[in-house]
Amino acid sequence: MLAILLATIVLHLTDLIILFIATCANAWRTHGVTNYDLWYDCTQNNGGYQCRGTSDADWLQAVQALMVLATVFCLISFIIFLCQLFTLVKGGRFFFTAVFQVLASLFVMSGAIIYTVMSPEWKNENDAYGYAFVLAWLAFPLTLISGFIYIVLRKKE
Amino acid sequence: MLSVLALTSVVLLGIASQTTAIVVYTSWERHALVGTDVRLSCSFFSWKWTSPDVTFSWHYRPDGAKDSIAIFHYAGGAPYVDNKGPFRDRLEFVGNPSRRDGSILIKNVDFGDNGTFTCDAKNPPDIAGSPSNVRLLVFEKVPVQAGVITGAIIGVVLGLLILIVAIYYLMRFLVARRVFSLSMSKHGKKGKGKEGSQQKQALAVTDPAKLKAAASEKKKQESRREKK
Repeated sequence: MLAILLATIVLHLTDLIILFIATCANAWRTHGVTNYDLWYDCTQNNGGYQCRGTSDADWLQAVQALMVLATVFCLISFIIFLCQLFTLVKGGRFFFTAVFQVLASLFVMSGAIIYTVMSPEWKNENDAYGYAFVLAWLAFPLTLISGFIYIVLRKKE
Repeated sequence: MLSVLALTSVVLLGIASQTTAIVVYTSWERHALVGTDVRLSCSFFSWKWTSPDVTFSWHYRPDGAKDSIAIFHYAGGAPYVDNKGPFRDRLEFVGNPSRRDGSILIKNVDFGDNGTFTCDAKNPPDIAGSPSNVRLLVFEKVPVQAGVITGAIIGVVLGLLILIVAIYYLMRFLVARRVFSLSMSKHGKKGKGKEGSQQKQALAVTDPAKLKAAASEKKKQESRREKK
């Protein structure tokens, strides 16, 4: 029982860390020493960074919002999980935690899908997808699995 | 005594220098869609009263050009609008000189109207001052400012979340109150002997959280009895 609990907590924390990195790191699209999205277009020259804000595309702002919301909901679900661990009746399910975790996974899925669909219009031939983009796509199934675990998990008698 | 003299002389000098400077205010930049009307506002600050000989003049310098042309002049109580230059039939005076407002309206802006507009106001005897510039930028589609959509989506979703949580707790509270009032009416019909203690018990359980805890405790007691 303790092993399951620890594994669940580790999975949730991993999700949280992955979401934080995917949201905050500015590496959704890279081109050599330049990295683009989600917040800046940064070029590295002479040992320093030269950054300017990304252009005001509507879909990019939507992706920003969805990623921030996914991270916030994952954090909220972790806090609710810790609360419910102590206040839930014996045999009860972690319903609230599951709801927030599943919502977080839906948000990150929407954000990743929007970015995948809209960015080919923008990027040049030589651009490559960065690690933050990969992490965002990785976060979606992990948070979904975590949410389903919370639906199934019961507090022991 | 000397310090008082020094202070008054400084104040007088300050007032004297200020009475000869007029400060003209315009916007820094104006954004407009093609085909719309743009109001360029111009106002001034002056220590003197607004004179009947107040003058406003507007000049226009296109983007990339070196010279500016005069497009509007207000003097002697009458506005004079340019009727030969690029703004003929498109310029209108919408200001109120007695209220120190020398704004003009440009109708049906086009991409050729991109440039810098300069407003110069003079309020005799207050004439020394520098004119003020306003840049006009004409867009086909006004771009959404960075972060507006982001903030809107985040705000709406979090607001909905708070609303749903508030409604959930409100419904729980109302349901608990209804259960409480129903149990009260039930006990009321049975008689008055036993209700003394039962009423006190019911009164103690008004908080819905306590109600839930009481219910779960009852379940625990029942399960213990079953185990026995």
